[in-house]
Amino acid sequence: MTKYQLEMDHVTKSFPGVKALDDVNLHVREGTVHALMGENGAGKSTLMKCLFGIYSMDSGTIVLEGNELHLKDSHDALEKGIAMIHQELQPIGEMTIAENIYLGNYPMTRKFGFKTIDQKKMNNDAAEILKSIRLDVKPTIKLKQLSVSQMQSVEIAKAISHHARIIIMDEPTSSLTQAEVSVLFDIIHQLKSQGVSIIYISHKMDEILKISDDITIMRDGKTVGTWPASQMTIDSLISNMVGRELTDLFPTREVTVSTDIALDVQNITSINPRSFRNITFELHKGEILGIGGLVGAQRTEMVEAIFGIRKIADGIIVKDGKILNINKPQDAIKNKIALLTEDRRATGILGVLSITDNVAIASINQYVDFIKINQKKVNKVVKESIDKLSIKAPSAETRIMSLSGGNQQKVLFSRWLANDPDVLILDEPTRGIDVGAKYEIYTIMNDLVAAGKSIIMISSEMSELIGMSDRIMVMCEGRQSGILDKKDATQESIMSLATKFM
Amino acid sequence: MNFFKQFNPKSFVSKNAITILLFLMVIVVAINEPSFMSWGNLKNVSTNVSIRFIVALGISGALIVKGTDLSAGRIIGLGSCVAATLLQRPDYVDKFFPWAGDYNVFAILLLIVIITTILGIINGIVIAYFNVPPFIATLGMQVIVYGINLIYSKGQPIGALKPEFTDIATGNIFNIPYLVIIAVVIGLIMSFAYYKTKYGKYMYAIGGNENAAEVSGVNVKISKVKIFGIAGLLYGVAGFLLAAKSGGGSINYGQGYELEAIAAATIGGVSTTGGVGRISGVFTGVLVFELMKTALQFMKVDTAMQSVIQGLIIIIAVAVDIRKYVAKK
Repeated sequence: MTKYQLEMDHVTKSFPGVKALDDVNLHVREGTVHALMGENGAGKSTLMKCLFGIYSMDSGTIVLEGNELHLKDSHDALEKGIAMIHQELQPIGEMTIAENIYLGNYPMTRKFGFKTIDQKKMNNDAAEILKSIRLDVKPTIKLKQLSVSQMQSVEIAKAISHHARIIIMDEPTSSLTQAEVSVLFDIIHQLKSQGVSIIYISHKMDEILKISDDITIMRDGKTVGTWPASQMTIDSLISNMVGRELTDLFPTREVTVSTDIALDVQNITSINPRSFRNITFELHKGEILGIGGLVGAQRTEMVEAIFGIRKIADGIIVKDGKILNINKPQDAIKNKIALLTEDRRATGILGVLSITDNVAIASINQYVDFIKINQKKVNKVVKESIDKLSIKAPSAETRIMSLSGGNQQKVLFSRWLANDPDVLILDEPTRGIDVGAKYEIYTIMNDLVAAGKSIIMISSEMSELIGMSDRIMVMCEGRQSGILDKKDATQESIMSLATKFM
Repeated sequence: MNFFKQFNPKSFVSKNAITILLFLMVIVVAINEPSFMSWGNLKNVSTNVSIRFIVALGISGALIVKGTDLSAGRIIGLGSCVAATLLQRPDYVDKFFPWAGDYNVFAILLLIVIITTILGIINGIVIAYFNVPPFIATLGMQVIVYGINLIYSKGQPIGALKPEFTDIATGNIFNIPYLVIIAVVIGLIMSFAYYKTKYGKYMYAIGGNENAAEVSGVNVKISKVKIFGIAGLLYGVAGFLLAAKSGGGSINYGQGYELEAIAAATIGGVSTTGGVGRISGVFTGVLVFELMKTALQFMKVDTAMQSVIQGLIIIIAVAVDIRKYVAKK
């Protein structure tokens, strides 16, 4: 019988109206990377929150290295050897690295009879841990001076300082560059060799197959099964996650690209010298132009400049034979350009407002009669979008924050489609969305270009970039490193352009 | 999806805990003190509610965009002093401004509203264009306006107002005070603005997610200036009515109204975390808070203790509101 380091058995957790976890089992072998997969809403996060003491289970047991745990809260979980690296890091930028690592757990000493923090011991210990994960920074510098990936390493250092036996990593690579990912993987290998196990949550299948030893798949709050990673393929992962065979990841599309130009971007350069410069491309009517590149390639900054969120120092943008003068989003909207932003929660959804209000906000001028908003007109547009994009919600008055990521994204699509834009810029349109909803988003994109609209799509997912784009412009360090035709686009050709100036 | 529409008594109670508690307290007082339910007392409460409702309508706009407005009370005070100084009886011998003529009441209302709207717009500009946190910006304005009023009114209370002016507060139609009618009309206008116009939709969008609203083409800065400007306008009206009701003006009129209004709005479900709030809720909040104050007086709680209790309720109301959102994380 295999000995397990962590055993979660028959875990059940209900929220009002939903059974989020239903008799879930998770067994992790010592010193392994155990991937936890499933579509959004499958219950991965809930299960991890139970393990990390944020939620209390309705029933079920957690056994860590032979001892049954009854966790009071996340602080308790940390002390018992379970740590979690959150998807969205919450570092305290103004404090030093060492202070961040030992936050809540400072080594104490006595000075003049008062309990004080033992600065010397703290900094020395921190330096030791940093060295062990090969993060070459001084523990006394402020955290805000680090890059995102370095901050993540600091989080890992924090877990080590608590002598964690199990480290939960939730989408740890979502904001890392390729090089940084391989550094992270090195750290993971090292942790494994010390007998630490990693529970690894990610949507990136190639990554999971590469790093993990075992894979547990969840669906609808239940465990589908656990397999050795070596037995799995991307196809078998997907079919287990969605519970059906997906014959094709991308819907087929008749190529509809015309020779007419929808948007002509000539030599635009950011006012920020460290951002993008000399970007030139033509977007054709009926075309999907993919934009590839690593994190930090300034792709988002570039499209945000086209949309008027950021400013350009030089260059022009031409549409319908006119040079556009875009200083703010309103100007772009008037010129029938739309932007679906990258970070749905930060710059997309109006969380506490209804689906209706979320859809209507960008096109509100259409519905105003004199000064009164014609609610009938609004409701008609909203109802059409809900039907057309098959948005699943109890009603149009449901708050958008209670929808799944995929449905939120469809609402945001509706927001922009209500303006009937000619050029639709999509920044990571399927990030954090489950497989089924992705396919639906792709179908919407295909319908749009078939109707003569043009799309610019930033994506960090190679398969999506290659599968959906007619051409792919690749950026590296703020510069344009090349434009590939669909027939020349491969992982390798894109990657070599994405690292061209490094 | 009938499930979502079903009435859930448990969630209703937890969402409206403070309102229910305060109503229970009022009922207890009403049973023990029959005079509480007398026509005179109810009329008095209704006129107090009217003025405070108008103030709370101004503040709720600021709250919905995740702001606040601490300058309300002092702006009301300034409005009351301007009204009182310019609307004294023409034959009064000891007039504040001996040169003052027999001005039209509505011309003076217009003058006050212009002044207070400008003050509100300045609040908005400082917040939107200079990115000063609303708490600081409006606290600064509070102190400035107090100073201005001290210079203007020399700190003297001003009385002897002409009857055409005080009639606005004391008059009735079919036994309904003018003040109540004015408040209802303003409430209806603001309801229209909140729910049926671009102004309102933009306000809720900014409160819901300012960055997302900006990207969706909402002019966030101008919207905020409008919201604070309209708040200023409403404070002006409230100051004018307060002077008419009290038969005078004084530097201390309106003091603390902003906190009461914030409490009332919060009790009524306007969230200090932004994007949420209905005018019906603001009304309920003001009504409950005012009834509570009156009930305390009837219970013969001394004024010092009343103040302690009111402060506690303000803090509890906000704490309960915040809890709703924290729990959802």
